[in-house]
Amino acid sequence: MAARRGPRRPAVTAYIIRRVVGAVFLLFAVTAITFAIFFLVPRLAGETSTQLAAQYVGRDPSPEALAAVEKNLGFDLPLYQQYWQFVQGIFAGRTFQYGPDPSYCQAPCFGYSFKTHLPVWPEIAERIPVTLSLAAGAAVIWVVVGVAIGVLSALKRGSLFDRLSMGVALAGVSLPIFFTALISLALFSYKWPIFENLRYVPLTEDPVLWAKNLVLPWVTLAFLYSALYARLTRAGMLETMGEDYIRTARAKGLTERRVVVRHGLRAALTPLVTIFGLDLGLLLGGAVLTETAFSLPGVGQYAVQAITDNDLPKIMAVTTLGGFFIVVANLIVDVLYVALDPRVRYS
Amino acid sequence: MTAPVQVTGSAAEAQPEAMLSGMGTRIQGRSLRQIAWMRFKRDKVAVASGIVVVCLTLVAAFARVIQSVFGLDPNAFHQDLVDPVLLKPKGAFGGISWEHPLGVEPQLGRDVLARIIEGSWVSLAVAFGATVLSVVIGTVLGVIAGYYGGWIDSVISRLMDVFLAFPLLLFAIALSASLQGGAFGLHGLTPHIGVLIFVIGFFSWPYIGRIVRGQTLSLREREFIDAARSLGARGPYILFKELLPNLVAPIIVYSTLLIPTNILFEAGLSFLGVGVQPPQASWGGMLNQAITFYQVDPMFMIVPGAAIFITVLAFNMLGDGLRDALDPRSH
Repeated sequence: MAARRGPRRPAVTAYIIRRVVGAVFLLFAVTAITFAIFFLVPRLAGETSTQLAAQYVGRDPSPEALAAVEKNLGFDLPLYQQYWQFVQGIFAGRTFQYGPDPSYCQAPCFGYSFKTHLPVWPEIAERIPVTLSLAAGAAVIWVVVGVAIGVLSALKRGSLFDRLSMGVALAGVSLPIFFTALISLALFSYKWPIFENLRYVPLTEDPVLWAKNLVLPWVTLAFLYSALYARLTRAGMLETMGEDYIRTARAKGLTERRVVVRHGLRAALTPLVTIFGLDLGLLLGGAVLTETAFSLPGVGQYAVQAITDNDLPKIMAVTTLGGFFIVVANLIVDVLYVALDPRVRYS
Repeated sequence: MTAPVQVTGSAAEAQPEAMLSGMGTRIQGRSLRQIAWMRFKRDKVAVASGIVVVCLTLVAAFARVIQSVFGLDPNAFHQDLVDPVLLKPKGAFGGISWEHPLGVEPQLGRDVLARIIEGSWVSLAVAFGATVLSVVIGTVLGVIAGYYGGWIDSVISRLMDVFLAFPLLLFAIALSASLQGGAFGLHGLTPHIGVLIFVIGFFSWPYIGRIVRGQTLSLREREFIDAARSLGARGPYILFKELLPNLVAPIIVYSTLLIPTNILFEAGLSFLGVGVQPPQASWGGMLNQAITFYQVDPMFMIVPGAAIFITVLAFNMLGDGLRDALDPRSH
């Protein structure tokens, strides 16, 4: 507490810088391990660099063509050099030479698809808005609904509302999301065709249709997370409302509303921020199951396609992106914590 | 696990009310385990879900036996029971009949009940296996990090950060897909279940690792650890004989709540087509098939979905009940 006035600012700056550096290192570790695993696993399963090259060239390649591709794509290099080229590609772009002419792949470059021979990044960049629309819309719903239900349940502990909503919440966290997705499709798209012909329409093209076609995915995704957040909020609220400082606040003569919101809720929600950051980061990397069930052309669906095709550059790109979102979300949460929780120590 | 709350015989004799109220009913000494068990027995929801969990586990464990006793074959085609044009089962509700109590699959006409039973085995085997793996790794590393502190703690904690930064689901899909043909010289179904256990378990240990580390950090400052140390106990003895027994309660609770998560995880992977491979039945795989048929045969979607739901719900309720029983401070 003493550190609040004078030395706080430099301490905060140092803390944030330390966090950013840590996040960068974390990202390097994640990509390096991902790279090692996906390039090592095929080798462990007995694939040679020539076979990797063969995936690029297609059917019945001549040995010369294979050798050329193997060399040009760097499959014959040691693993760490290949990793270095991969990282270089992301930051500075990279020149490939797997046809007769060299082609420059602009930064951020994740290489070319094994199957289509198109650069990977533009394809992913095109899909990020879809995943972003899905995750952001659902997040708004689940935070509002989940926290509201959790707080009300905690304040009216043991009431009918509490028992009912906690029962629904327990069921909600026990339902697989692809099952709720299928049920909502069967009911609201097929049986009662309220949301028909679901396909993704960009926000810029037609905002109304964009929202209408995303209602089912939003609600489905938000149902699961609302249930989770309601349970977490209720537990957190019950714990903080039993603390001494709540009694102090009441004894000071504050209104109940102020006690609940400013003293109870604020402390109860701080840990929830961490969880929210992680969840959102995970979702941005691809809401895989939801996108698959609703056939939304987002990053998650792209990932599944890449994996089914065994298209290594795409797989690498998607996992790297997923790791990136998680690390960035964590970083934002860490920084936000400084503002939210005065007890954070900057060490 | 014993000392603090134990009411001993002599303490009971010292209480006058006890002597007055119950002639002959002496207050008995109870260990924490007995107290927890008593609390658990009083919680009807928890007991009921515990019974469901035991039944489900038995069904899963003896899946093959049950199938042969009742003559259920998960892989036999009954195409005579399927409408050749619409591909949906003949008869109401997915073709329910005496021979096929839960109906038959669309298109191929395989018995749904037999496939659900078969799937329960896959589901629980993967969930239990992955849970054991992550709990063992998480507990060992968590206790070591929390007890020794210093650079050991830093290394293990950073390792946890790295593992937590992996996009777990994406990674699991990619890994189980690339290991599908069998790696490390393994082939067939059982190795594939092994791969799933590895992928799910190996990347989720940091969650329990963090919990155990935190608990260890607060436990190691307690007097009984000092006492053990002053009696000359060494690290491993303190870790496994003094610390670990005190961590049993949170570990049990967390494991029970991790199993349903892992069931959902396995179902998700199978739903995406990278879990166990057809013709092997799995709940997630059945739901994947159901995408094509939900309009003509909704029963085929509801049955595996309900199987997952009931199983996961039972484990979640059991976990909640165990937490309430083992940790009276929680709500």
